[in-house]
Amino acid sequence: MTSLKSITLEEVRKLLNAEVLSGEDLSIKVEVVGAADLLSDVLATSKPGTLLLTGLVSTQVIRTAVVADLCGVVFVRGKKPGDEILALARESGIPVLATQLKMFESAGRLYKAISES
Amino acid sequence: MDDEFESVYQVLGKDFPNAGKVSTSIKDTLKRLGVQSAVVRRVAIVSYEAEMNLVMYAVRGTVTLTVSPDAVTLNIADEGPGIPDVSLAMQEGYSTATPEMREMGFGAGMGLPNIKRNADEFDIQSEVGKGTHLFVRVRQAA
Repeated sequence: MTSLKSITLEEVRKLLNAEVLSGEDLSIKVEVVGAADLLSDVLATSKPGTLLLTGLVSTQVIRTAVVADLCGVVFVRGKKPGDEILALARESGIPVLATQLKMFESAGRLYKAISES
Repeated sequence: MDDEFESVYQVLGKDFPNAGKVSTSIKDTLKRLGVQSAVVRRVAIVSYEAEMNLVMYAVRGTVTLTVSPDAVTLNIADEGPGIPDVSLAMQEGYSTATPEMREMGFGAGMGLPNIKRNADEFDIQSEVGKGTHLFVRVRQAA
């Protein structure tokens, strides 16, 4: 694999009209996006650096991101993580975004953007 | 890293708010010891799945991390209900999870298969009514 295609988290934010709930550096490059509500699937199949789209709201999402070296988490379908989850994300250095868009629409927009980048 | 490093972590059953903390600190420890990042990730995934199993099913348990120059080893021993049919529990998709466990994103019958997939050496011993002992070794490249 040479010259990986990628977009930045800032571009992700714009594409998904997302709100940034954790994370200051949005220049991080995103090469792989995964969509899942089952954390065991994320642990089994994700590559390091994956951006996770999920509708599952739990502190375990952040711990999974830490354990599996994910580059960030986007909560879809207007889900809002609570303060405890966001505090853990900030402490762990995991960027967190939230979008009103559904999983399919979010994944579609990011797939298009990355494949055309 | 010439010497062997060992550390023991306690995990409490049903302690959902702290579930995953041990695996996070194991990960930090391995990074600090300079273990190769691909190995760190595999060990962290194994540890996390095992820790979740322990929190979800057992009363209490320990995770023992051993790091030697050629391998990282995890021994996870719990006091708990044990697994009546280990070969069934090793099948992807077989699960005895409750709705609460599924709401957290686990309990889909993937944990033990995930652990085995990330291990170079794997052993599981379980006794119903007593508990379960998992042994996992991930080798480090020379």
